[in-house]
Amino acid sequence: MEAIVPILVLTLIVATFGSLLVYVSSILGPKKHYTKAKYMAYECGLPGEESEKSTVSVRYYLTAILFIVFDIEILFMFPWALTYKEFIASGHGAYIFWVMFVFIALFLFGLIWEVKSKALEWD
Amino acid sequence: MGASGLEILINVIKMVAIFLLMVQLVPILVWVERRGSAFIQNRYGPNRVGPLGLTQLLADAVKFLFKEEFRPPKSIAFLYYAAPVVAIIPGALAFGAIPLSAPFTLELGGEIVHFNFQSFQLGIGIVFVLGISSLGAYALLFAGWGSGNKYSLMGALRASAQMISYELALGLSIVGILLIYGTFSFHEMITAQQGPLRFMLMGQPVVVDFLPNWGIFYQPLGFILFFAATFAETNRAPFDLPEAEAELVAGYHTEYGGLKMLMFYIGEYGHMMVASALLVTFFFGGWDLPFGSEGIREAIGSSFLYSLVMHLVFMGKVLFFLWVFIWVRWTLPRFRYDQLMDLGWKTMLPWALFNTVATAAIVVLFNSQGGLS
Repeated sequence: MEAIVPILVLTLIVATFGSLLVYVSSILGPKKHYTKAKYMAYECGLPGEESEKSTVSVRYYLTAILFIVFDIEILFMFPWALTYKEFIASGHGAYIFWVMFVFIALFLFGLIWEVKSKALEWD
Repeated sequence: MGASGLEILINVIKMVAIFLLMVQLVPILVWVERRGSAFIQNRYGPNRVGPLGLTQLLADAVKFLFKEEFRPPKSIAFLYYAAPVVAIIPGALAFGAIPLSAPFTLELGGEIVHFNFQSFQLGIGIVFVLGISSLGAYALLFAGWGSGNKYSLMGALRASAQMISYELALGLSIVGILLIYGTFSFHEMITAQQGPLRFMLMGQPVVVDFLPNWGIFYQPLGFILFFAATFAETNRAPFDLPEAEAELVAGYHTEYGGLKMLMFYIGEYGHMMVASALLVTFFFGGWDLPFGSEGIREAIGSSFLYSLVMHLVFMGKVLFFLWVFIWVRWTLPRFRYDQLMDLGWKTMLPWALFNTVATAAIVVLFNSQGGLS
């Protein structure tokens, strides 16, 4: 738990610094004055027609779901990579290689299946 | 205040100093970017304020201070104000976890105390940096969603999809490096990269005297993949679709101005510094100066001064990569969106997998007697 203290302290320092920067321009800056155009969303110069809350078709959620699956698979490789040389030193190098080879083959199968099922088409 | 109090004080000073180092590099980098782009495009760039235009950014910063504070009425107040603050936190935290030079010792009240040239030392440094720097996507999402602007929202959506797609290739390209060094600690990794190039071939040690023992010689493909993925993670051209100015005005920070926009810049350049520092640490030996480190250590004697000199070496390498980031931005055109995603998922991910398997096979073949059977 001790290792987390400096991280929290630094987060606090940076957040304070950032909040101060956001706050300071509200003191130093000129007074607000209202014009109709200024208070519209910055778009193309013409008055905005559609509400900004109108829905858009977002295909990215599928990417996000796929990302979670693959990212967890990659995370499994980190401890494997970390202990790899220890396994080699103790004479189990071929075993640890082939075990992970099966895992990576499954990973690759998943990726190919994803491409074939057109989950990664961007039209 | 005893020795432990002094130690805490020095650690806090170090923390603030490293954060300020990051922040004060931003105006210099903006100057380099503007002058560099002008140089590449055969024009002058800012050259009026101060020698070579160097104080231009100081003038800009003062101008930013006195800008009107403005929030679009359609925005969500909390998200709108939180986004710039959130933008600088991941970069600062990640930069604090990377060792910027050799550790040093100081004598405090008769005790010899050991310090690292970084804000905090973590055993799982690499995982921490990867995890924290991917939180940068939140700042973009906050800004995009909170601004109440369609361009901002489009930019934020693109940014999140792009960052998660390239994070796969980024994470996987590091597995090769982990296989070679077998550690999550930056210190152990840099220590392992010192001296001339040496490796085991069929159980026999081989030493190549004229090359340093740097990661790039073990992981050339991993270096290329990591390098390309960092461009996407930092939203820099050719992968700067979240703020593609020709399509989306300015992407996620369209509605921001003044100091708030400056903070997004600090975030972006902070991420670039983290990416360059990681590249240097993984593939270019960290603060190691090939064929010179030991000689300098003996010539200087004091461990604190040695640490400072090695810090200059490290920053020299980092600045080189920052220049490469700028150079690439003003040389290559932007990708189209489907090309970007195809490159990430269908090209870089399979190559990173191949790199992992090939590295694993080679490590086994070179280090063990039995081979793969």
